[in-house]
Amino acid sequence: MSVWFILIQVLNGIQYGLLLFLVASGLTLIFGLMGIINLAHGSFYMLGAYLAYWLTGATGSFALAIVLAIPLAAVVGLVLEAGLLRTLYRRSHLDQVLLTYGLILIFNEGQRLLWGGDVHSVAIPELLTGSVRLTETLSYPVYRLWVSLVCLALAGAMYLVIQRTRFGMLIRAGACDRDMVAALGIDVKLLFAAVFAAGTVLAAVSGAIAAPLSSVGPGMGDTVLILCFVVVVIGGVGNIKGTFFGALLIGLADTFGKVLIPDLASFMVYAVMAAVLLWKPRGLFA
Amino acid sequence: MTSIPRPVAMLLIALVVLLALFPSCGGLVFPAKHAFLMQKLAGIMILAMMAMSLDLLVGVTGLVSLGHAAFFGLGGYALAILSPEYEAANIWIVLPAALAIVAAAALLVGFLSIRTSGIYFIMVTLAFGQMGYYLFNDSRAAGGSDGLSIMETPAIEIAGRTLLKLADSDSFYYLVLALFVGTYALLRMVLNSPFGQVVRAIGVNENRVRGLGFDPVRYKLAAFTLGCTLAGLAGFLAAAQYGFVNPTMLSWHHSGEALMMVILGGMGTLFGPAIGAFVFELARFGFESTTDHWQLLMGGLVVTIVLVLPRGLAGLLLDLARRGGKQP
Repeated sequence: MSVWFILIQVLNGIQYGLLLFLVASGLTLIFGLMGIINLAHGSFYMLGAYLAYWLTGATGSFALAIVLAIPLAAVVGLVLEAGLLRTLYRRSHLDQVLLTYGLILIFNEGQRLLWGGDVHSVAIPELLTGSVRLTETLSYPVYRLWVSLVCLALAGAMYLVIQRTRFGMLIRAGACDRDMVAALGIDVKLLFAAVFAAGTVLAAVSGAIAAPLSSVGPGMGDTVLILCFVVVVIGGVGNIKGTFFGALLIGLADTFGKVLIPDLASFMVYAVMAAVLLWKPRGLFA
Repeated sequence: MTSIPRPVAMLLIALVVLLALFPSCGGLVFPAKHAFLMQKLAGIMILAMMAMSLDLLVGVTGLVSLGHAAFFGLGGYALAILSPEYEAANIWIVLPAALAIVAAAALLVGFLSIRTSGIYFIMVTLAFGQMGYYLFNDSRAAGGSDGLSIMETPAIEIAGRTLLKLADSDSFYYLVLALFVGTYALLRMVLNSPFGQVVRAIGVNENRVRGLGFDPVRYKLAAFTLGCTLAGLAGFLAAAQYGFVNPTMLSWHHSGEALMMVILGGMGTLFGPAIGAFVFELARFGFESTTDHWQLLMGGLVVTIVLVLPRGLAGLLLDLARRGGKQP
């Protein structure tokens, strides 16, 4: 196994981890601020991938597809928040779990109604099709590098928004004590709606940029959902920094698991999570 | 979890009587589908056993497990692996052995998981459940993703005389019905015992229980092990019914569905999750046979129940009984 081969796997692992971070960050923000366990988060990822597939076909441009997918996903998030989730903020977590489980079923069926049960692929946009040559035989696709860069840029932007803006300050304050924030005259409902929509958009964008890397098909949200929960819990629920490192850990564990011990790759991810939680019962960064 | 109001108890008894009458009278109502429906009902009773056993963890003790199906599947795999290849297994050996295996696994997983709480507990049990899933899914000895088949389902024999053949659908149905009612009775008895009172108190306020001088960890571990072992019994029956096992029995989807039955039915009431299992499965069956897009209706039903009935179906029944009792 050459150094270059290991480097490629490291890059793959990091790219996968960054993508997981992007999806999981929405999940952890929504849980941290509103205390909602949203099982339908994986469906937003699927929605993004299907929107990318559909809009790329309709407009002929992948870039335009992503630009159009963002407001569509935001609307879906806002409608769900205002129509359903808002009534559940004061109810138990398990009621939210049951409701969002019902949403998964509805999303899955909606996907089948709109786009059928076939598996589709999305072409990599022409600008990003090439690959970087590393050695005589090994090369690395430009598109994967681009995905990593986009994820990093969005992670950086998220950091700035949360740490440096008034909006981010409200999110952090709301996560600590939402009643106090409300008492200070902040419209918490509006804040919740905004964060929920932002989480939805993050998941959908992840799905959209991941679409050319993997196939777009039914059930693709489920796998991502479970991995996101793994990531969120490893990092410590509600902790963005923890989610970031948790995502990289899981991305690398999954990638190297698949390369080194293909039979036990999926087992590895869960073994890592169990080990982390047995060592630190409230996540790495609690 | 005080006593069940009389009208609700009457309703439950009536439902069990209906189930008991189905093999003999069901043919009059559904002549064309009788055999199929009997198999379906037996399958649902098995799932209801699983849901009630999960309620002991989730609704009573406050341990929300998303790995319950792993113990269900383990019970089934134990039967498949312990059965001799071409003859029926001796149930007096296989059943206790299967339950012992499940109990040992539950004790280990519980011992490790109970250190965590809340959403972390959910995820640790999910992790262990998925590890079990992939262990069977990826191992060739256990048949991989195809699973294993059981050539001969065990018969119940005493002193060489065959009392009951599990392969016979009537006998199997009555056996499952008896174990279903028995599971309910056992859990109800446990909950009314001094042990059960401590466990219930842990579900309400763990710190106070600790303050009273009890060690919650030991009680939680005991409840976890009991619940998982009963799920193993249900899995054992499921394997005997269909004559094969496969890894999906252990998957988190299956754990999730059991959890949905518990929440839908009404947590902590024992009878609620059993009703939840029936409503969940019969609704799915009904929707599946009327439309291709059954998930849409199923999802709509689940969402509506959450919005309209905060304490599940059992909460609705209990409210109705209370209101009925107040009228002159």
